Amino acid sequence: MTNYLYYPGCSMEGSGRSYRESLEGICEPLGITFEEIDDWNCCGATEYVSLSTTPAYAMIARNLAIAAAEKKGTEPLVAACSACYLNLAKADHYMAQQPALNARVNDALGAGGLHYDPGTVKVRHLLEVILNDVGLDKVKAAVKKPLTGLKVAPYLGCMVPRPDVDGAYTNHEQPNDLDRLLRALGAEVVDYPLKTECCGGHMTQIAPRVGLELIRRLVAEAERREAVMMVTVCPMCQINIDAYQGEMNAMFHTHYKMPIVFFTQLMGVAFGIEPKKVGVGREYTNASKTLAKALKAAPELALAAAGAAPVARRPRPDKRALPMPRMADSEVEK
Amino acid sequence: MVVAQVSSPEVADPGARFLAEVRAKTAGVSRLEMCIQCGSCGGSCPSADAMDHTPRRLFALIRAGKRDEVLRSNTPWMCLSCYHCVVRCPQDILITDVMYALKVMAEEEHTYPNNVGPDFTGVFIGQARHFGRSWEMGLTARHYLRHFIPRLPRMTPMALGLFRHGRIGILPHQIHQKKQLQAILRRADELERAR
Repeated sequence: MTNYLYYPGCSMEGSGRSYRESLEGICEPLGITFEEIDDWNCCGATEYVSLSTTPAYAMIARNLAIAAAEKKGTEPLVAACSACYLNLAKADHYMAQQPALNARVNDALGAGGLHYDPGTVKVRHLLEVILNDVGLDKVKAAVKKPLTGLKVAPYLGCMVPRPDVDGAYTNHEQPNDLDRLLRALGAEVVDYPLKTECCGGHMTQIAPRVGLELIRRLVAEAERREAVMMVTVCPMCQINIDAYQGEMNAMFHTHYKMPIVFFTQLMGVAFGIEPKKVGVGREYTNASKTLAKALKAAPELALAAAGAAPVARRPRPDKRALPMPRMADSEVEK
Repeated sequence: MVVAQVSSPEVADPGARFLAEVRAKTAGVSRLEMCIQCGSCGGSCPSADAMDHTPRRLFALIRAGKRDEVLRSNTPWMCLSCYHCVVRCPQDILITDVMYALKVMAEEEHTYPNNVGPDFTGVFIGQARHFGRSWEMGLTARHYLRHFIPRLPRMTPMALGLFRHGRIGILPHQIHQKKQLQAILRRADELERAR
């Protein structure tokens, strides 16, 4: 069992509850444990940095100081919410880079009897931990019910691959991290070029026209690519696309019904956990039926795939066609 | 990272003065003075069509010292924090952080184009400072009642749905050491004012 410090973030206790439930479910099959840091506070999302700089960073750094004090060895601090992850990573990075900011933040932390030396805690995102520490082999080994035939659109959103203060991503716009993980679960991952486009963040709250148009683009593209559900890594993306899909449909006179779930939920289901236990069914656009249908069809599809019929090779690209970006062979999951 | 210093606050030119001010307000090392006006930012921006100036034009206005026009622009308020421009900028300018800095300045001087954004931020942070956690229910209920009455008929069933699915609580979560957090933030406020 590898232990990690864990910063849940406010959404995980409210609108992103199914993310938390599914995360708890997949820890054991993956052989990891998460230890929630004590009495953590809100990271301020993208709001506090838009209001006042020093207090915003002091508020984030209080969490880093708590994590540093609780740390026993070299375990990193893991966040599942994209915004929380970025805030924590960015605060650590900026404090290391700028002595003036570091001095101000630590002066403020001192008023609460805390101190944080930048670089003490390594902040990482859940997806990256599962891919790099646990590894896809272990994920594949834990799969009991492969999601064969389930067509999913991998939606990573913005703040995990960008701005990437730690240089964890080689590709900031079309990374295939989530694709590889979902493929390891047996799912069919559609080519989804909008995978790192924005869900609108707080725009659904302050400028609905702008926010809803961004949601429309994402859902329409997933539908066009014949995905039956979208998969996300962020509670903000989930609630925007899920809960505001109705308002979006009303504004644009469309009729989309695209369920969106967390990647940890699909992992839980593939690991043989009952869908309800990993929070499936808490969405607005219910994913239960789509998922049940896919699980029912999956064994036959898997048999057919494993049968004698050779898998059709991908047609060679036309030599006269315009060059298109393709995945390197090393990136394609066999 | 090597940071080039091409302008200093002592310069009398209002453009250079304003540029230095924005740079000083930015949390990260902005590198704003390095902008080559290529327009990659505006071209990458998913909400550029809702902005009255693209980021490129806004940066040109900063250099020209058009303080009032910049701080009244809706551009920073339309920024989604998606960081597309940041990873594409050939000069590694921290555009998102610059947008945050401009919002901070507009809030200090009350020059924002409308109060929906600042109000949302203010209430969110007021609650987070008080409880130590954000309070989804209190924030959205107040925000819709204040700014989006016409959206309420559609939002009410949505809120009920969130209750039904167990995804939202009525009462806020609170941290135990609220006093400690508030002491830290009060000191941070003082330090920010003294900058």
